[in-house]
Amino acid sequence: MAEIRASFFIECEELLEALQDGLQTMYDGAQDDETVNIVFRAVHSIKGGAGAFGLDTLVGFAHQFETVLDEVRSGTLAADTDVLKLFFQCGDVLADLVRESRDALPHDTSVSAPVLADLAALLGDKGTEEEEELEFQPMGLSLALPGLDIAETGADDSQDLLACEPSWTIHFTPHAVLFSSGNEPLFLFKGLRDLGPMEAVCQVNDLPALADLDTGASHLTWVISLTTSEGEGAIREAFEFVDGLCDLEIEQDTPTLPELATLPDLPALPDLPDLPSLNDDTGSGESPDAAPVPDMEMPAAPDTAAAPDPAPQTVAAPPAKAAPAKSETPAPAQKTAAPSPRATVRVDLDRIDRLVNLVGEIVINQAMLTQSVEEAGLAPNSAVRTGLEEFLQLTRDIQESVMMIRAQPVKSLFQRMSRIVRESSAGIGKDVRLRTEGENTEVDKTVIERLADPLTHMIRNAVDHGLESTEERTAAGKSAEGNVYLTAMHRSGRVVIEVADDGDGINREKVRKIAEEKGLIAPDLPLSDGDIDNLLFLPGFSTADEVSNLSGRGVGMDVVRSSIQALGGRISITSERGKGTTFSISLPLTLAVLDGMVVRVAGETLVVPLNSILETLALTREEIREFGPETHVVKIRDSFVPLLDLGAELGYRRPLDDYSGGVVLLIAQEDSSRAAVVVDAIEDQRQVVIKGLQDSYGRVPGIAAATILGDGQIALILDPVDLITQASGRTRPPHTIVSKAG
Amino acid sequence: MTDATNQIDKQKDGTEIELLSFLVGGQDYSVDIMSVREIRGGAKATSLPHSPAYVQGVINLRGTVLPIMDLAKRLGMNTEVDKDRNVIIVVAIEERTVGLMVDAVSDILAISEEDMQPPPEMPADNERNFVSALTIVDGRMIRILDLNAVLPPAAEEAA
Repeated sequence: MAEIRASFFIECEELLEALQDGLQTMYDGAQDDETVNIVFRAVHSIKGGAGAFGLDTLVGFAHQFETVLDEVRSGTLAADTDVLKLFFQCGDVLADLVRESRDALPHDTSVSAPVLADLAALLGDKGTEEEEELEFQPMGLSLALPGLDIAETGADDSQDLLACEPSWTIHFTPHAVLFSSGNEPLFLFKGLRDLGPMEAVCQVNDLPALADLDTGASHLTWVISLTTSEGEGAIREAFEFVDGLCDLEIEQDTPTLPELATLPDLPALPDLPDLPSLNDDTGSGESPDAAPVPDMEMPAAPDTAAAPDPAPQTVAAPPAKAAPAKSETPAPAQKTAAPSPRATVRVDLDRIDRLVNLVGEIVINQAMLTQSVEEAGLAPNSAVRTGLEEFLQLTRDIQESVMMIRAQPVKSLFQRMSRIVRESSAGIGKDVRLRTEGENTEVDKTVIERLADPLTHMIRNAVDHGLESTEERTAAGKSAEGNVYLTAMHRSGRVVIEVADDGDGINREKVRKIAEEKGLIAPDLPLSDGDIDNLLFLPGFSTADEVSNLSGRGVGMDVVRSSIQALGGRISITSERGKGTTFSISLPLTLAVLDGMVVRVAGETLVVPLNSILETLALTREEIREFGPETHVVKIRDSFVPLLDLGAELGYRRPLDDYSGGVVLLIAQEDSSRAAVVVDAIEDQRQVVIKGLQDSYGRVPGIAAATILGDGQIALILDPVDLITQASGRTRPPHTIVSKAG
Repeated sequence: MTDATNQIDKQKDGTEIELLSFLVGGQDYSVDIMSVREIRGGAKATSLPHSPAYVQGVINLRGTVLPIMDLAKRLGMNTEVDKDRNVIIVVAIEERTVGLMVDAVSDILAISEEDMQPPPEMPADNERNFVSALTIVDGRMIRILDLNAVLPPAAEEAA
């Protein structure tokens, strides 16, 4: 049961995603029936599953939401912007409820109550009527009796009386799950009766003997003849709530009623032994729904099957129509890139991580092998060496494929952000729309998880600080609605995520003034525009005139930057006055492997991430200039860059007397400041597997992680940014105060 | 008595516990054998910058990064360890695995509970009280190490 419950909540995540998608599509102007249906089905499926697990709060809310959605679907309610905004809120509350139900947290009704009230207001008086639907009614045999009573009267009378109006024959075979999810045929028939005179005949010939009766199964089929001026759509609507939970065939009658003998007999449950012909009738459309659901405890599986798969609702011949319907469903939902449904496997993350670790071992092992082959002094084109080359290539391929398994589209992250935009813009009364692009860009799962916080902060910043108030926008001739753009793309082996707004851009004078006032920079320091923009990343910097409850607590962008850097990423900023500001985050595709330069300093081997190195150069005496009593700078072309001795900074050695002839790595920081780091020698440039130090030892300043080299030795991977930030810059022994010719 | 030894007492029905005894700076120490994962020869450790003096560095233990602690330094002894002839005892405590560098492993002892004495209170050593119990084997005093005290808390290391 716990497993089914867990899988229900996993399904819920997917359904919520589909819901968000659908709402976004509607919000973007595509209000076709199919999109509305997707939204409706998502909510309905959540409700159905929740009902089976007795999650009353969730069911209650989902029901109300569903009822309003139904109004939209039937065309009684127009889904304008305000309504859609409410729907988004509903989606958020629904997501909260799902989470709370999953973690068994208490529900804070102050969140859902106003939304429910708004929904009720939309519904008007209609809402109360449908409340009955909420009651959970397990299937009882007595239900069949009213059907039987009706059966005694013939169908012919009404047929003759209202011959001018078209009549319909409806075959309705509920699945067991229909009952277990709290639906009730009687109410459906009542709904039908509102359309016109109807007769319901219950076919009980498939009902087993009482002794053999499985009370959880469904054995009944109703044949309903209905005379109505409404079209098929109206009839179908009456069965809205049991969409996918029953076999439904609707036929418009030709002058003579089809003979009952030609109708498929009770295609309810394929596992009933006395119905061998059944599978022929139901075909592939229904059997996957019914097969895993022998009793009423397991509604989760069929519900989700129902959401993406509208097959059971198709008129007549379900197997024939099922296939095209399937491929149509997701297409209107995602205009940008509509991936056709692909076969997927759900795998425990631990298993994948184990695979990733093993591949890491292979990479290390292969490096060791390479080293021993080299030491063995074999000829370059010997069989062993060629084989090793191929092995190398294969390892790299395997590694990339394994990393792909961990990769996930950023879509879920982006959807969370759209909620942030809604909530934060509502909080400060701005009208903001989030426009996303590249939602299907795939990034390592861990990166996605750890990106959520910094991205949330940036989005809030964009809404709060980036965009002007509505009045200011209108005055500047912009649309009243502010735009925040969230874009993801792959660019040269990295993932680039951009957060942009079309606000007023960075007010550089103001930024500069604030930085000076806060003592972050010296007054009159010559700064380029880029330098000023980067002041935003300084700790303790906050531009908001007033501290709002959204952002501006002074723990802003510097925290964002350090979390991005912790992921091996970089963040940069561009801004144009009056046009807006763009923050660009560049991230490695994976956290497990990195391209590094293997360097040697003071007898220790270290790895410097390749992406942080701008260039390498050999120092000449002329390039080194003394700066302070214990520091040097290096003249690189026309600029002076502080000189750092890696060995001294890491405490491996005392600063040297003379650095000329040393090898320097020119390292760039995010704020485009640079540092020249002296090492003894560059040994290699290669891919290394990252081994965390945090778990086994703890954090080491200036060190990002460790790796294992080809000789089995551990080498530390440098965290250049951390190193430079914490560096003393001491490159001269404290006693040599006497200046030398530099 | 520490939790670790208590635990073992229960497992063995209060009769005997097994200890791995070893030499550190010429002195006899021992640890509960249940916490020992393996014993291996010394390897060249990669030193960690900005680490306490007793942290020798990290070594590669079949693909995992294992921190090595110089036990003599940790216990405040000033003896020079012969780097070539030392032994690493890999111990696991709760979630952490650490290598302890010692001079030599001596023996496996089975000690009954009543043969163990609580260490005397020595105010001068309060800061560095790593011994949870004492016992006497063949006239030698064997100190039973409190591994939880020997391993610095992870938060402390995260400087």
